[in-house]
Amino acid sequence: MAKAADSDNKVTRRSLFRKGGLVVGTAGVAGTAAALAPRGGADGYVWQIDPDKCIQCGNCATYCVLDPSAVTCVHNHKLCGYCDLCFGYFSPGFEPEAGIEIPAAESQLCPTEAIKRRWIEGPHYEYTIDEDLCIGCGKCILGCNNFGNGSLFLQVIHNRCVNCNECSIAEACPSDAFRRVPADHPYLLKGEDDPA
Amino acid sequence: MRYCPLILAALFLTPSPAALGAERFALPQFKSGYEMPPIDVPPASSDTLQYLDVAALVVALALASYLALRTRSRRALWVLMAASLVYFGFYRGGCICAIGAIQNVALALADGGYAVPLVAVAFFLLPLAATLLFGRTFCAAVCPLGAIQDIVAIRPIRVPAWLDHGLGLLAYVYLGAAVLFAATGAAFLICEYDPFVAIFRLVPFTRPNAWMEAFGGSMGMLILGAAFLVAGLFIARPYCRWLCPYGALLRLLSRASKWHVTITPDECIQCTLCEDSCPFGAIAKPTTGAPRPDRVIDRRRLALLLILVPVLLAAGGGFGWWLGDPFSRMHFTVQQAERVRLEETGRVEGTEDISDAFYKTQQPREELYAEADAIRDRFAVGGPLLGVWVGLVVAVKLIHLSVYRTRTDYEPDRAACLSCGRCFAYCPVERKRLKTLGGEPTTP
Repeated sequence: MAKAADSDNKVTRRSLFRKGGLVVGTAGVAGTAAALAPRGGADGYVWQIDPDKCIQCGNCATYCVLDPSAVTCVHNHKLCGYCDLCFGYFSPGFEPEAGIEIPAAESQLCPTEAIKRRWIEGPHYEYTIDEDLCIGCGKCILGCNNFGNGSLFLQVIHNRCVNCNECSIAEACPSDAFRRVPADHPYLLKGEDDPA
Repeated sequence: MRYCPLILAALFLTPSPAALGAERFALPQFKSGYEMPPIDVPPASSDTLQYLDVAALVVALALASYLALRTRSRRALWVLMAASLVYFGFYRGGCICAIGAIQNVALALADGGYAVPLVAVAFFLLPLAATLLFGRTFCAAVCPLGAIQDIVAIRPIRVPAWLDHGLGLLAYVYLGAAVLFAATGAAFLICEYDPFVAIFRLVPFTRPNAWMEAFGGSMGMLILGAAFLVAGLFIARPYCRWLCPYGALLRLLSRASKWHVTITPDECIQCTLCEDSCPFGAIAKPTTGAPRPDRVIDRRRLALLLILVPVLLAAGGGFGWWLGDPFSRMHFTVQQAERVRLEETGRVEGTEDISDAFYKTQQPREELYAEADAIRDRFAVGGPLLGVWVGLVVAVKLIHLSVYRTRTDYEPDRAACLSCGRCFAYCPVERKRLKTLGGEPTTP
């Protein structure tokens, strides 16, 4: 008899604990939802590179979970000098002969020949990036930044990026240049108005 | 452009940051009517796929709960589990997941400026809510990390209880550490050390060069994932049981769940047949007869442990305080500040990528040092908190192991039970029930 009462008692205590836990757990879940729901961006956020912080270390080409990387070079022609001798195009020390339009591959800085060079007029040449070939190594950007206008820069291209919760390149970035930006302004374009 | 070498030489002598688009060469005035190409970048893909993920999660959770608690069909649960593995794992690349979402939520709660993705919040909260209602049905058939381990669990061996309890503490420690590092903005540890995401990404659903990716970027994690799977042949779901930080949360909530899966909905006849059916050691046996005669000793031990609690908390807190500073060095800004200070004081020669990146921003050094100090302060608080948490976890575990409970039937241990439904087929009462219902033939 005493034993039965004891066991009844235990069941009651245990179920009380359980009910208490249920209340606390529900409150916790509801509280977190209430705290965070108004804070979340409805349009979502995507990863992007701040060109002002990027130091063209080359990690973008190798650390992305995609191959080729979701990062490619972007060119803002408004900043470009249309130079004959482009420091983002030619290998260092290369001097093009007058009138040459497309030099041999070994004279090009780009390992995949993703920069297309086209004569416009006088000593001026146009340089455009073939995004399908670009691997995001940043070699051209380094050259352009050091000796040219800096019209080339790296960006996460959003029809490639799968928007990982923690970007592998961001983890490996030595200059903390990756940040999340609103999906409706998904680029940080050098020379254009910064949407942020 | 023959003057270029001159400019080149001048630039070498005066290194100047060209980050801000230094206009060394003016934009030409084109006479030929040339029009500049615009910057051609594709817009961010719409969120529909993300919201589809949330919808899929809701459906999968509802279905898993229904199949575990109402249909009680291991086979149906297995099919759902395989489907979840294909969709959330291989198709969506294992991202976003509920386990990683802990970090988004932790960072959002700690840092008001962080714009938390709503999808991450949904992935964090929905399985918690489902667990409060039905137990860990998320683990049974929704989580892709659980699914990939469940499928390979072919020859599970019994893990001794002491080892199971001991290793189980790791998940709580991992949870605490992940929250600390996420909340301080230092790192997303769970994503960095997710053992299966590299395997999910091996399968080229959307990416033609998937094999190359895996071997290029994440060889280490691939090996770790393979090691988990090989171990998982004999030790069922090792990550879920002893490491998963989200599992640690679910264990707590599952104890209080409104409903929970049972071995049989009818009466347990204590036939002992289900005793060894659970590969996760999650079936609790009935206690035998009266409390042990030496219960005085048990009581004394419990009293001693209760006295020990503050000691454990204090020891944990002290240890965490000591670890706060080394931990803070995992934060980028702290690393950068330390390097810049070393260079400023002349204790090292030359610069590194991390310091170059800072100089490029042309921000004053003092600002960087102040930022780093603020982060160190966060770790000075967070480190001891993590320590106290670990102390608390150990204390609660010890007390839990020392409390005597009467149990009359074989029943799932609500914390450890993953609601996978393996035990159903071992229960003769259940088999009889199914036979009278004309249900599926159930061979274990």
